[in-house]
Amino acid sequence: MTMLDTPLTGRVEGPQGPDHHPDHHHASPTPIGFWIYLMSDCIIFASLFAAYAVLGNNFAGGPGPKDLFEPGFVLAETALLLISSVTFGVAMLKADKHDMDATTMWLVITGLFGAGFIGMELYEFNHLIHIGAGPDRSGFLSAFFLLVGTHGLHVTFGLVWLCVMIAQIRMKGMIPANMQRLATLSMFWHFLDLVWIGVFSFVYLVRLI
Amino acid sequence: MSAHSEASHGTMGQLMIGFALAAILSIIPFALVMMETDIAPTTLVAIIMGLGAVQIVVHLVYFLHLKSSTEEGWTLAATVLAVVIVAIVLAGSLWVMHNMNANMMPMSEGNMIMDPEATPGASMSGTHEGHN
Repeated sequence: MTMLDTPLTGRVEGPQGPDHHPDHHHASPTPIGFWIYLMSDCIIFASLFAAYAVLGNNFAGGPGPKDLFEPGFVLAETALLLISSVTFGVAMLKADKHDMDATTMWLVITGLFGAGFIGMELYEFNHLIHIGAGPDRSGFLSAFFLLVGTHGLHVTFGLVWLCVMIAQIRMKGMIPANMQRLATLSMFWHFLDLVWIGVFSFVYLVRLI
Repeated sequence: MSAHSEASHGTMGQLMIGFALAAILSIIPFALVMMETDIAPTTLVAIIMGLGAVQIVVHLVYFLHLKSSTEEGWTLAATVLAVVIVAIVLAGSLWVMHNMNANMMPMSEGNMIMDPEATPGASMSGTHEGHN
């Protein structure tokens, strides 16, 4: 056994090389630790979803979901984020083969799709504030901006992390530490796409029926 | 694809299956809403939320490679705990707030719009008025 298999993160070499702890399953505490962070993040999002569920009908005489949301626009955002999740998956497959150039290329593509998503979201927020439907208009809009904005902030920080990751790969190559960072960022990125499923279903689509 | 790479980041095949499933599960709810079908609203809400739940499972399995064997089951245990807390937070909030609203003194729509304090938590100001 030359590598320890941890399905969530990929193969991570033991700290002292192969066969150092043949009966030890934890090559590194990072994957499970980061997963627990993601689960706590999940609970933050749950409380924001709950706030939206409770305040969602408090329009204060202002515009409601049907006046503001455009399903085609949200579908495009959904497509961008889903495709970026898949291109990150391809980047991980290239990283498994220690193909540095291909990994970088797919990470850049992922970043472009992610930036496209953030661009659309910023456009939407700017448009809503411009037409007087900002977060200060009603309880419904406060909860909407808080929930969708928190998700957008996560994606933004994911993009910053992605840029740092690309720089680290270019400078240090596909070293074990970078493989671990890449696997962790991959978890983060896929998790954000997972939260978006809740957003497009519960925040947008259900309110447009 | 070698057999052992399946355990780490899956294969291209798995990724594409996940992509196809996720795309289908996303497009169906959007299509149902955009085509304005004759399905009853409550049924449609149930369909959209159900498809969303299925898609979350698809993402966990095909993109995040969650398995019961990951980290000797601790990953799955943390996930199940998070799901339970999420369910309690969501269901509990809705239940408590619904109960509070149901126990409020009847208020006219005009009242709610006139009172700026009523916007974020209509039930809060309702309690206040109820005591008067």
